[in-house]
Amino acid sequence: MSRYLLDKFLFTVDRDPDLVERYRDDPAGTVAWWESEEANRILGCHGGEASTWLKFTDAERDALARHDHVALFEMGAHPFLTLTLWIAMFERDHTEPLAMQLDYAAKLSQFSLPYPDITT
Amino acid sequence: MAELVAILATTHHPFFYKTAQVLRDQPDQAPPFAAGWVRKVEAYRETLTRARPDILVMVGSDHFHQLWLDNMPQFLVGKAPFYDANYYNEEREFGLPRLLLKGHEELSAYILREGIDREFDLAFSNELRVDHSITCPIITVRPQNDLPVVPIYTNIFAPPLPRPERFVKLGRMLRELIDAWPSELRVAVIGTGHLSLELGGPRQFGPHGPDPEFDAQAVEWIANGDIDACLANVTLDSLHAPGNATHGFMDFMLMMGVAGYRKADYADNLDLFHTMEAYFTWYPNGVTQTGAGQIGDAA
Repeated sequence: MSRYLLDKFLFTVDRDPDLVERYRDDPAGTVAWWESEEANRILGCHGGEASTWLKFTDAERDALARHDHVALFEMGAHPFLTLTLWIAMFERDHTEPLAMQLDYAAKLSQFSLPYPDITT
Repeated sequence: MAELVAILATTHHPFFYKTAQVLRDQPDQAPPFAAGWVRKVEAYRETLTRARPDILVMVGSDHFHQLWLDNMPQFLVGKAPFYDANYYNEEREFGLPRLLLKGHEELSAYILREGIDREFDLAFSNELRVDHSITCPIITVRPQNDLPVVPIYTNIFAPPLPRPERFVKLGRMLRELIDAWPSELRVAVIGTGHLSLELGGPRQFGPHGPDPEFDAQAVEWIANGDIDACLANVTLDSLHAPGNATHGFMDFMLMMGVAGYRKADYADNLDLFHTMEAYFTWYPNGVTQTGAGQIGDAA
């Protein structure tokens, strides 16, 4: 399991307006590109000093490619990162204030304490 | 020596800025709670104004903006002449403005040197862009943004986290350091955190905070300066129960450490959708000015 890499995907997409749109419009393609080109970038280092070992599991890649926030929650992706990015991508599809956030919560209603561990 | 003139511990709600703007510019569009919320914040602002601070030590937590999991400090002190503030995703989600805060490198350097010598291995940053945990209290209690700041970041977000006792201990140390700082300046410490809070989980964005019982208890601990009861009841594990983002309460516990075993001179709260907002102020050397609220007066 590569919980850290899930978080890294969510973090790096959420902070980039173009990537937010790209991930909304083409989730599978964006995930494939990101895993190939960006997953091993060390954010504080020169590009030539990248890591060599980071990759998603099939289940993680699939959850990201399907915009499946329930699966991401179950895997222990950081819930703040997932929520923030989902608001950026999908709040615009709802007309009522907080409707998106409440729908997002309702889809997680199967979870009770303790929630999945988010430690990386 | 420097004088610690006020200690403020409060929630940071990023939607306040937008709510106050709507109330001012399009009052017919404002939600029903807006006017009462703005009144509470304006009353709280006065508790800082009357202390006439020269400099603000500000405790908050980066929300995965600049600090990341490849190099995550537990406690970090900003040491820079300026701090740019707020991020694209905070403009996007909350409508927060970009800001520039002045720093105070002398006090930053003093806290770092003395803190490290007292066995708190504080990280530092010479180029820190602060986020809404620092700018929300600027917007609410010092909107003119005219004072130099020393930002102190805590990790309440990315486990493994320091335990609650460590937050209280850091608060106590900050108090000792500020009290002993060889300066004539008037210092206020402002820290922001959360009561019960759920973000990205099934209990998020309900009509109240996810655990009103915890919130009521927490408000009582803080208002009464009951550090021991708080520590006896709060652990890293227990904080999962009131809501999955409730570890932000440890920043309140840090501020209780700064204030010591002392009732707050001002305590107020507001039950909003999604969270309980809370506002506390202590005056370590008493209040010479008139008009300070007492516990319960403003509620």
